[in-house]
Formats: sequence, structure tokens, C-alpha cells
Amino acid sequence: MTAVANRIPRELRSPRVRGAGFDVEKVRHDFPILREKVRGRTLVYLDNAATSQKPQVVIDAISRHYERGNANIHRGVHFLSEHATEEHEAARGTVQSFLNAEEASEIIFVRGATEAINLVAQTYGRTQVGPGDEVLITAMEHHSNIVPWQILCEQKGGRLRVIPINESGELLLEEFQKLLNTRTKIVAVTQVSNALGTINPVQRIIEMAHRENIPVLVDGAQAVPHLKVDVQALDCDFYVFSGHKLYGPTGIGVLYGKSALLDAMPPYQGGGDMISSVTFEKTIYNKLPYKFEAGTPHVAGAIGLGAAIDYVNGLGMDNVAAYEHEVLTYATEAVAAIPGIRLIGTAREKAGVLSFLLGSIHPHDIGTILDQEGIAIRAGHHCAQPIMQRFGIAATVRASFGLYNTKEEVDALVNGIQNVREVFA
Amino acid sequence: MSDLRELYQDVILEHSKAPRNYRQLATANHKAEGYNPLCGDHFTLYLDLEGDSIHDISFQGSGCAISKASASMMTQSVKGKTREEAGKLFEQFHKLVTGQASGNQADLGKLAVFSGVSQFPVRVKCATLAWHTLQAAMEGKQEPESRVTPSTRQEKRYEVSSIWP
Repeated sequence: MTAVANRIPRELRSPRVRGAGFDVEKVRHDFPILREKVRGRTLVYLDNAATSQKPQVVIDAISRHYERGNANIHRGVHFLSEHATEEHEAARGTVQSFLNAEEASEIIFVRGATEAINLVAQTYGRTQVGPGDEVLITAMEHHSNIVPWQILCEQKGGRLRVIPINESGELLLEEFQKLLNTRTKIVAVTQVSNALGTINPVQRIIEMAHRENIPVLVDGAQAVPHLKVDVQALDCDFYVFSGHKLYGPTGIGVLYGKSALLDAMPPYQGGGDMISSVTFEKTIYNKLPYKFEAGTPHVAGAIGLGAAIDYVNGLGMDNVAAYEHEVLTYATEAVAAIPGIRLIGTAREKAGVLSFLLGSIHPHDIGTILDQEGIAIRAGHHCAQPIMQRFGIAATVRASFGLYNTKEEVDALVNGIQNVREVFA
Repeated sequence: MSDLRELYQDVILEHSKAPRNYRQLATANHKAEGYNPLCGDHFTLYLDLEGDSIHDISFQGSGCAISKASASMMTQSVKGKTREEAGKLFEQFHKLVTGQASGNQADLGKLAVFSGVSQFPVRVKCATLAWHTLQAAMEGKQEPESRVTPSTRQEKRYEVSSIWP
């Protein structure tokens, strides 16, 4: 196989000097899976938008909990239970600081962004949306921020409206303004698109919605790994994200909501912990956040998430964002230079994601060939079929980057794409 | 890399670029759609069944190289065969792509080039989509009147419903 160097134009070859403030080689050592070989090749993991890899400290925190600290939380009277409760609630505090929420009680632990959105749709939505009312989302949403609202609208006779996008994958804010009306009960928008990588101007969107007294839910699943988020600065009414995309374990996620809203919402799931007292005649619900945390929580998950946030904070989210921006820019230029490439998602402000097509070669075929070289990307509709329809395509190849990816890995991707071209020549 | 060469052999690539029997069928009396939501393969299969034999067959649609080549070569293989023969071929083909082939592949003829799929379990559904769709088309019920009519009689749809076989 021809050396990689021959394929990359001189001006785009990765420089020897690392970006200041971010030692990616040191970071890579923190992630054990990056040492794995797949199909005899070094793993080049470019599927971070699907899920991120985990640093040893997160793995250790979870193992340690099970090895030495495991117990059920909140109501035990023994040492382990008290310890586990402290760890769980400390993780909640970590998330609160991470998002800069005013109160820890505004941080609800859920399974992930999907459950968080379903929760809001079925509690806030169910009590606020009536026949003829509207829920406003965008054309670039993940199915998780579409389907719960569709279900709600069907249940309550509401109507789903969609803010359109331009060819670059940017929201048309003038259209958004026109869509806001007295029947709009909530706006749900993604901060970063998982299919296009577009960073939406959520602060502006929230301002515009609040002028009409309309609350906004922000889907931060793809945002929190790449940008610093301050929910008070954004003034969003709800914010959701998943732990597993943020270098934490699967099965844990967060719903942030303003206290006043959460207080007024009915409970989502009923059961233990979310109650204050139970009789067959009447049950009184628990205060926040517990009102929305029925049953035994994913204690290990919360602890793992706390450790993941600590890890990222240790690197500095600003440093991470700057480094990732460098890598994404490098990747975009290198891939765009390949003949036959069509980039999907060319917004001026992007993070994390590079979606593309190569001639008329089906993304699934590209994915299989890249997989043989140890390169993990995603081929398909990325749980965003409406976006695919908008661009008149069935699927794209999506390379998505995390804080441990390197320019060398981008070179390997480019090399792989050249190989695909050869196979299909 | 040799596994890959097994999967993306010249024959398969050739069929995916220039698929055979790639058109609508005016004389079709059976039709079925096959859809693989996992990767977006979407084909319509047209059948002209005369009595028990496949008089003519064609397909349209789009999909990955494996699915398209498989559909193309399938139409070549089953043209002129009876329903039963086509069904038997499918069984053998399915065994081939899932790595369960017993050794007697003489009946498969050119279809044997798909043996490489068995090394790529994720792609099995791509290779078998056309065949499942053929089965759906063959099972489409006949209406009591004349069988030889240009119009399409029965539409059926096959959809890949799960990722793991």
C-alpha cells in the first residue's frame, strides 16, 4: 500500500508540533481501548457521536464502587449506604457545576437524553399542550427530539412544526420567528446536530422564544463533549444530555430544568423514592430532584459520569474545544480535497462531526472497507432520517471526533477513503 | 485486505455498477418492495409469473454494492426457474452467505461469488434483501381472473426488522 505521505498534500500534512495547551498523546494514554487492535490494525475510533471511549479513571470509579462502595442509596442506615449516597449526590453536584445550574435539585438523573426528552414531553408537554397547540422543533433533530413530541401531539391533538434549514445545514432564523405564535407551547432544539455538526445559535433562539413567553428545551447530547455549557447564561428552560457521549458510562443522563417548571410538572414514573408518603388513599410526591427519580437509580452510572466530568474539567473544556476545532478543520480540508467527495453539513460553526458522500458509492460499502483498516465510522441515517430526506440522500458516512483523536488518524481516514476509490474504480 | 477482496470481487462490483434486468416490467403480475432501513437499501422487484415459472423478472431501486449486485445476479439466476427451484436456490444462497454452506454449490453457479459475505455478518441482510423480496413477491396472492394482465396485481413489502440474524 502506498505510503500515506504521498496522498496528503504537503500543506495539509500534520505538523510535528502539538497544539499548545493540549498534549493529545498523553490524553490517549488515559484511554485503554485505544491500544486495542481491530482486524489486526490499530483502532482508529471516529464514531464518537455514537458513543465515546472511557478514560481509566471512569472505569476505575465504577469498578471501585462495585468492589468497595456498593449499596442502595438514600434510605439505608448503614455505612456503605451512607457512603454510596454521598458519592451519588456528589456526582449530582459535579453535574450542577458543569452546567452551572443554580441548584443541585434542578439536576435530574435519567437514562440518557432520550429519556430526558420523553420525560419533559410526557409531564410538561402533557399538561401544557392541548388541541391545536404547537410544538416547534428543527429540521436537523435526532429522532429522540422528534418522536417524543410526535407522540405527545398525537395524544393531545397538538401540531408539530419544523424550523427549516439552508443547504449548509444552518437554521433559518427568520423562518423560526415566523413560526413562533400564540399556540406554540414549547421549542425543542439541538445545540449541535449529530448528523451535520452544525452548532445552533441557541442563546439567540432562547431569547426569541422568551420574548413570546415560550419555553425552550435544548438537546445537548452532542454539545457537552465539545463546548462549555452554562444553562444560566443560556437561560434555557430545559437542557438534556447523555453520559456515554461525554466519556462516561451508558445508562446515565441528565435533565436540567428550572425549579419553577420542574415543581409544576407532574411526576413521570411512579414508584419508590419519588414519594414522600404513600397510602392507598393518597400519595404525596417527593421534592426535587427525587420527584423525577423513581426506583433505584444507576448509582454506578452517576458516579462514573461524575468521574468523566472531573476528567474533562481537568483537561479544561476550552482546551478540548480548541484542540478539537483544529482537528475538525484539518479533517474537513483533507477530506474535501479528495475527488468525488460531497460534504453534508457545511455550517460556518460546527463541532465534532464530518459527514460526507463519496461519488455514488454507498456509505455502507465505504464503512465496510474502512472497517477492514481498523477505522470505525458510522454509515447510515444517524437517527436523523428527516435530515437525509432534506438533502435527498439515504445515508452518509460520518466521522465524528473526540478529544483523543489526532491528525494522524485523520490521515489514516483519508488514506482509507483513497482505498475505497481504488476498489470502486 | 484479502477478505475485502473476497467481498468486493470484480464480478460483484461490475454487477453493482451495471446491474442486469434493471428496469420496470410492463408484463409484471407480481410486485414487492424490499427495504433495509439499516443502510437504506430500497428495491422494487417485478415478477412475471406464468403458471409456476418465473417468465420474466426485473428490479429497480438503490442500495449498497452488495445488495444491488445480489439483486442483479439473483434475477439472472431465477429467470426461467419454477417457484420451488427459486426457493431452493434461496435456501442454498442463505447458507452460503451465513457461512453454513455444506460444499455442494454447483446449483448456485455464479452466485457462489457471494461466499465472502459470510466474513461480514453485518452485510448478510444486504446480500439477502433481494431474495427475501422475491419470496414476498412470489407469495403475493393471485386474483381469480386472468393471470396474464399488464397491471400489477399484488403488492407486498419485506422489511428488515432486526439487525442480528
